[in-house]
Amino acid sequence: MDALEQLIKTFFDWEAMGAVVPSMLTVGLPNTLLLAVSSGVLGCILGMVLAVMAISRNPVLRWLSRIYTDVFRGVPAIVTILLIGIGLGPIVRQLTGSTNPFPLGILALTLMAAAYIGEIFRSGIQSVEKGQLEASRALGFGYSASMRLVVIPQGIRRVLPALVNQFISLIKDSSLIYLLGLLSSQREIFRIGNDAAANSGNLSPLIAAAALYLVLTIPLTHLVNFIDNRLRTGRPEKKEPDELAAVVGKGAQA
Amino acid sequence: MSEFTSGTLTAKNIHLSFGSNHVLRGIDLHVEKGTTASVIGPSGSGKSTLLRVMNRLIEPQRGDILLDGRSVLQDNPDELRQRIGMVFQQFNLFPHKTVVENVALALRKLRKMPKDQAHAEALTQLDLVGLKHKAEARPSNLSGGQQQRVAIARALAMKPEVMFFDEATSALDPELVKGVLALMADLAKGGMTMVVVTHEMGFSRNVSDTVTFMDGGVVVETGPPEQLFTDPRTDRLKGFLSDVL
Repeated sequence: MDALEQLIKTFFDWEAMGAVVPSMLTVGLPNTLLLAVSSGVLGCILGMVLAVMAISRNPVLRWLSRIYTDVFRGVPAIVTILLIGIGLGPIVRQLTGSTNPFPLGILALTLMAAAYIGEIFRSGIQSVEKGQLEASRALGFGYSASMRLVVIPQGIRRVLPALVNQFISLIKDSSLIYLLGLLSSQREIFRIGNDAAANSGNLSPLIAAAALYLVLTIPLTHLVNFIDNRLRTGRPEKKEPDELAAVVGKGAQA
Repeated sequence: MSEFTSGTLTAKNIHLSFGSNHVLRGIDLHVEKGTTASVIGPSGSGKSTLLRVMNRLIEPQRGDILLDGRSVLQDNPDELRQRIGMVFQQFNLFPHKTVVENVALALRKLRKMPKDQAHAEALTQLDLVGLKHKAEARPSNLSGGQQQRVAIARALAMKPEVMFFDEATSALDPELVKGVLALMADLAKGGMTMVVVTHEMGFSRNVSDTVTFMDGGVVVETGPPEQLFTDPRTDRLKGFLSDVL
């Protein structure tokens, strides 16, 4: 029984967990969300640029997008974060005087996310039937207006589930920013748990961190399923009064 | 249907190849203002491609396209397409927009109408095709026939001088074909210049002013419907008619 007690003590020491929860919620959570949301938004913008380049008729743009995507998808996150975060640190310090690792951390996360998001957007845009572009062109819209008004909005809708998955990855990957050295107030969820675990020699604070990550990510995975369903079946139609009244004469409207 | 400001459309000696595939081999087509020309022929004869060349969705490699006697090949193709409405076999309504937004989109963005005015104009067009009550529905909640009528309203909203129909009823369930054909016949009677690529021989015979039979990328025969349908001169047209009638 000693071994079991030892295990429980190591992972589920409620006291150790309770001690770390306040700072995890007030410091860790906002920082994690700041990292994930800002790199998510920026990653979507850069990803859209990459996707539009990838389907462009200009071969140079296509190649640039291809190379970018291959590089940033193919290099481990930890390598990119260290190279960008540490490598560009001195330049940022010289230019702005700031030693805050967040901007470069967000940049590294953005650059990686954009590679994946670009591929997600590209596949979505390319899945839109050719007739949509043709119909838009036939109305008199140019290529870029057709893409902007007709094709891309439909493409994005189709890949919303994949996009949410990417955001879940970002929430988890944002923990790697601890490698850049964080001040006490800059720590994200993982780092707070990790510090507490290191100080107490007990892993329970990391369990608390894991639980908080799950609180963020599990609702998102269910959001994915919800969106997926909604996209498949369409949103429930709101019946208009005259539509209900028109049921009788429906044969005439075919 | 009201009167239209339609134009005369002429295609002269149109050539187009995709690689070694010579799809259009010197097509001539003349559609007088306010008349309906139907184009018939077997699948792969180049009918649909001809429509796309005449509104420059595909650029011809040789030949000329004239609208009201003036070549349009030097014009901005986007502006040319605003003058020519097109209706597709697969409707191609924009599924992420409501019915009224589908019709209003080009009015707002290309005609630069304020939103309210574009909306009102779109409702007027929807009323003409009998679907005003579906204005706020999504295209996916409409029957194929209704979708095609919305597509026609969308094209008409731009006040085109010519309308193209690319096998507009081929994807419809049989019982929905009639409503769309009746609407097209109304447009023809109202004086719209129309080019109708179709497999509906009844429509071609009864509604159009001229019929053009294409096969293998050339115009084999062209003339008034009573002549082509009752007295075909070529074996190819005779064979085609005996296959489809």
